[in-house]
Amino acid sequence: MATVATPVPGPDTERTGGGRRWRRVLRGIARPYRDSHGVARFMLVTGTVLVTIMVLLAIFAPWLAPYGFNQVANDAGRFGQHVPPGAGHPFGTTVQGLDVLSRVIWGARTAVTVVLLALLFSLFIGVVLGLLAGFVGRWLDRVLVMVMDALYALPALLLAIVVAFLLSEFVGGGVATAALAITAVYIPQYFRVVRAATVSAKEATYVEAARAMGAGPVTIMGKYLLGNVVHSVPVIATLNAADAILTLAGLGFLGYGIQPTEAAEWGYDLQRAVSDAGAGIWWTGMFPGLAIVLLVLGLTLVGEGLNETMNPSLRVRRLLPVLMPPLERPSQEQGEAR
Amino acid sequence: MSTRTSGSLRTYLVTRLLLFIPNVLVILTIVFVLMRVAPGDPITVARGGQLPPDQIAELRAAAGYDRSLLQQYWDYITGVLRFDFGETIIDSREITDILLSNGGATLTLTFAALLVALAVGVPVGLWAGRRRDSGTDAVLRVFAILTYAAPVFFVGLLFQLAFGVNGLGILPMSNQADPRVYAQTPKVTNVFLLDALLAGDLDAFWNGIEHLILPALTLGLLLSGIFMRIVRVNVVQTLKDDYVEAARARGVRERRVVIQHAFRNAMVPFVTVLGLQVALLLGGAILTEQTFNWPGIGSQLVRYLTSRDYVAVQGIITIFALAVVTASLLIDIINAIIDPRVRY
Repeated sequence: MATVATPVPGPDTERTGGGRRWRRVLRGIARPYRDSHGVARFMLVTGTVLVTIMVLLAIFAPWLAPYGFNQVANDAGRFGQHVPPGAGHPFGTTVQGLDVLSRVIWGARTAVTVVLLALLFSLFIGVVLGLLAGFVGRWLDRVLVMVMDALYALPALLLAIVVAFLLSEFVGGGVATAALAITAVYIPQYFRVVRAATVSAKEATYVEAARAMGAGPVTIMGKYLLGNVVHSVPVIATLNAADAILTLAGLGFLGYGIQPTEAAEWGYDLQRAVSDAGAGIWWTGMFPGLAIVLLVLGLTLVGEGLNETMNPSLRVRRLLPVLMPPLERPSQEQGEAR
Repeated sequence: MSTRTSGSLRTYLVTRLLLFIPNVLVILTIVFVLMRVAPGDPITVARGGQLPPDQIAELRAAAGYDRSLLQQYWDYITGVLRFDFGETIIDSREITDILLSNGGATLTLTFAALLVALAVGVPVGLWAGRRRDSGTDAVLRVFAILTYAAPVFFVGLLFQLAFGVNGLGILPMSNQADPRVYAQTPKVTNVFLLDALLAGDLDAFWNGIEHLILPALTLGLLLSGIFMRIVRVNVVQTLKDDYVEAARARGVRERRVVIQHAFRNAMVPFVTVLGLQVALLLGGAILTEQTFNWPGIGSQLVRYLTSRDYVAVQGIITIFALAVVTASLLIDIINAIIDPRVRY
């Protein structure tokens, strides 16, 4: 059973060098899918499919969307206002005469871009600060922990609103502003995880050995502590990405996200749709709303699935009934390799 | 034994209360720093271009923005201690006045939502935990994830479409009550439902309840999924414990085992998590208020944000932050009282 988690031992590891590195990376990505069973695998696969669809929509938005996100007319003239779903506009049009289908597809691009940026920023800042606080300790640790705890206590949406509000003074509302506002929300989570792991790993024998061999603080943090910490990141990152989509939509809904002329944003579309609901117009809100639900659902399923597969305390009971197959698999692979 | 336990409980409570002070100070400092990193001063931002420069300078001096940052920080902290959060720039309202007149609506909404979440989340979580890994369990878990994945305003929108004038047409979609009813009810507590009861006006009370149903369901569903998951996980875990096994071995009925033995212990971590959800509840309240045109503090925050009124925004955020810190203090105290293991 333990063979599943550890990389293929012995001769195989020696063989894996240079050009085969990408293969090892691919295998690392595929591992949770191979190792999962039952509910966890179902969640992982369904989630991955949903997220992949959304990412594809985001990448190929210019080719997939029938019109631009800000386009209210074509060669045939202006689009009608509040046209119900039909031949010309499969998802109908809004009060401004925008094509809802195009808005939804372009919105995927905005959501994916903003969340990727926000995750990268918060991951970077959170990991660096967490390593510093855990490794340096003393007053730096205490101050950072205090600030992070206070930030974490504030309602996420409120924090994002304040940051977006302030940034809109400097740089105006845009993709970068939204991404930075969301970044502020998620830094404390990475900080906590990384700091806790650093504090416990700092005293470990291998770190002591490294120090005894003359490794400086930067080397220890970058080479020994960081590698020890990153394995908990995928689960938090996917779950945070799901949450970030909701925060972005919330910002847009309150009018503090991306300006409608710059990009299509689902939350903003829903804000406009609230007044339509009173008139019984359902298509302007339904489709952007469903897009949010599907993307958040996909990311949550991936996160939960990864958690069930990678978290040892949950994994053990999942793997127990299927003890035999994983034991056979490595020997087969080795056989093929030879 | 008992005297020692109560003694350590007292120590815990005193320590926790003392820790409350730095907690509040740090969060206030963060709010202050966040609001002041922006260039320029609040008055110029809100009123620049509308008023002649000398009048702006006058307003700035009156509000204390010509003084040093340190002095302003001191004014802010001491102001909060005196429950003085300042005065809005655009309409010269005391922030405490906003809290008094709009706080009741937010309180009604969050309290009702909490009731909905408890009524849905706890029994469903208990049910799912008992039938772990069955088909029902899987369906309920998907439901829990869905309630999380759907933004509050989208759920609210769906409710409006389904029950509003163009759907079934049975429930109102905005405000705390019909405008006429609302105007006729005398404001005593500023909590509309209480005011209606105090006035002895049952029709107005019923009208208020009708208006409350959709917003409370919307916000409550958001939390119910989380509650359900926590209850489920804890029931699953406690049902595996030895003492549950022992109870079963003694021949205690399954129903009694679940309700009397497992459920009560499963509720302890639940209280802790309840404290963590206060922030989520308040954030969700802002969105719900906006969706249903609910006249709470969140809707006021959005209004002042739109008119770029820094003082109002800072004051309202301070109130939210204080609410979160106080709620977590209360939860910790309750937790310490019901669970003897929680002590310093």
